[in-house]
Amino acid sequence: MRILVIEDDLEAQRYLVQGLKESGHVVDDAGDGETGLSLALSRPYDVPSVDRMLPKLDGLKLVAGMREHGNSTPVLFLSALSEVDDRVKGLKAGGDDYLTKPYAFVELLARVDALMRRRSPVGVKTRLDVGDLELDLLSRAAKRSGTDIELQPREFRLLEYLMRHAGQVVTRTMLLESVWEYHFDPQTNVIDVHISRLRAKIDKGFEVPLLHTVRGAGYMIRAH
Amino acid sequence: MRTKPGLLQTQAFRIVLVYVLLFAFSVTALLFFTYWNTRRTLDDQTDQIIEAEITGLREEYQHFGLPGLVETVRARTLHQGQALYMLSDNKHHVLAGNLAFWPQVSEMGSVVEFDYERPVDGKLEARRARGRVLLVPGDFMLLVSQDVHDRYLTERMFTTTLPWTVLLILLLGTAGGALIGRNMLRRLDAINRTSGEIIAGDLTRRVPLAGSGDEFDALAENLNRMLDRIERLMKGMREVTDSVAHDLRTPLNRLRNRLEESVARLNASGAQAGEIERAIAETDQLIATFNALLLIAETDAGTTRAAMSPLDLGEVAADVTELYEPLADEKKISLTLLPGPPAGVEANRSLVAQALANLVDNAIKYTPAGGQVRIATAVSDESMDLSVSDTGPGIPLADRPRVTERFVRLEASRNSPGSGLGLSLVAAVAHYHGAELVLEDNAPTGLKAVLRFPKSAMRALPGAPLKSAAE
Repeated sequence: MRILVIEDDLEAQRYLVQGLKESGHVVDDAGDGETGLSLALSRPYDVPSVDRMLPKLDGLKLVAGMREHGNSTPVLFLSALSEVDDRVKGLKAGGDDYLTKPYAFVELLARVDALMRRRSPVGVKTRLDVGDLELDLLSRAAKRSGTDIELQPREFRLLEYLMRHAGQVVTRTMLLESVWEYHFDPQTNVIDVHISRLRAKIDKGFEVPLLHTVRGAGYMIRAH
Repeated sequence: MRTKPGLLQTQAFRIVLVYVLLFAFSVTALLFFTYWNTRRTLDDQTDQIIEAEITGLREEYQHFGLPGLVETVRARTLHQGQALYMLSDNKHHVLAGNLAFWPQVSEMGSVVEFDYERPVDGKLEARRARGRVLLVPGDFMLLVSQDVHDRYLTERMFTTTLPWTVLLILLLGTAGGALIGRNMLRRLDAINRTSGEIIAGDLTRRVPLAGSGDEFDALAENLNRMLDRIERLMKGMREVTDSVAHDLRTPLNRLRNRLEESVARLNASGAQAGEIERAIAETDQLIATFNALLLIAETDAGTTRAAMSPLDLGEVAADVTELYEPLADEKKISLTLLPGPPAGVEANRSLVAQALANLVDNAIKYTPAGGQVRIATAVSDESMDLSVSDTGPGIPLADRPRVTERFVRLEASRNSPGSGLGLSLVAAVAHYHGAELVLEDNAPTGLKAVLRFPKSAMRALPGAPLKSAAE
């Protein structure tokens, strides 16, 4: 995948570029808004990651400029600005996701993956499969190896989100944002408890676990 | 914002009303004085004329006796004028005079007023006269008087028109007062409306000027100048928080990046890697504290522009209950949401959820196993409450004002994890919404924390809650 990193803090840029390259992505970089915009418009990228405060051209204006030119590539904002209103501003300006610095690299990677997944639409799915686990989105029913699994509505949405991102790391913040539609910092890791409940329902009694904890990052559902 | 005062409640109207009453009173007093003075002067003149006549008649009588008197009275009454005479004996037998008959005069000697009739254009007309009745030796009576009918008519006109005049003054004055009051009310209304919008968060609003340069314009100008200054200060504050955020987050970001890189290089297994992972965890704690502090600072100062929209407190309560239920269950605490009516408030969804989550988090943290945590919404005439009550140890009354201060942690909670910012953030979020964080005793034991939203924050809820489409 091709990623454009627009970041004026050279240290952070170096780290991002290196990390993304190590994760198997092709990465270009730009140190200011103008260079960033011309790169974003001239080459096809899967996800540009844009710093909010950039020299020459502000991150918000950069994304607005991309959208004006009909470029709809999903954009991930990285911001060192304060959270509450800036997040809304960033998303309003045409950003697709928003991450506040300092971030964990895994969080950034997970979000970039999620954005890229969003970019390649797979059509309307009515069924999700991971290994022998099936989720019927129409009848809202879950089955593993043919056995029905009783799920609460929220558990269903949690599992649906994980399965839509099968094989990808999904962080706790991403789950809170997508499944609960809240953006705040719960002081205790409440998400973990929800995951262990879900795990008890889908993995208990089966030899091969599907729901994995990715240390220091979050969770991933995958068939092995 | 306070409710709009009615016209009758305006100071302007009251002032004008008092002024009108005073004015009406003064006018009445002035008119009465003028009337009384004029009448006295006129009466004095009449009395002098009468006295002069009497003096003349007395001289006639002294020189020529009764026949001389009769002669003089007859001569003086040949032509009808202002003067009226009557001379008769004690049987009311008229000797001379121009009155048809004796008027009803009881008192002798002093000046009296009486009614008499005299023909005008062939008809008898009742008129008023003023004069004296004198005794003439030999049991005769002499009436010397003057017609004062014109004065009498003026007097009558005055007494009948005065009440109407006062009434007219009162009516016109009240109408004028209402007009002035309404005008003032309109000007004040503009100021009040703008203030309300500013309180609601739109600091760019300014009080409109009428352009007349009057005291209201002066007030509006001063208010606007004050607002300019506040806006500048707020902008400065925002810039400071932004740059503090930026300048601290950038190095923290680098620090975290480097630590992550080191762990990756150390192959994530050895003791060193463990050390660095602990350092990352510490960094994350530092970042969390910093974020919380910044959020408190922003919400408390109101510099943030967190989007406000109509929000159902019951919906947030249900979401947070659902989010924390497994955690409570794991701690053997029963977490329940008490059913309540829909409670719509103008609020920021994330901030209210964060505040409620902090309260629930605290409640679960301090409630012993087997205890209960209850989340409830309540709507009354004055407020809308979102409350969390627990069966934990509660907070001593003396400590309550302190616990919402930043970094304050009570002795009892020193050893539990937490930054000491949880309740400060709740208080700041409450403040941002014009709400109040009330800490009460929960019966029979524990703490009841209430987020109390004022009536002014009440909003009608849209038909269906707005939610972004799930991914």
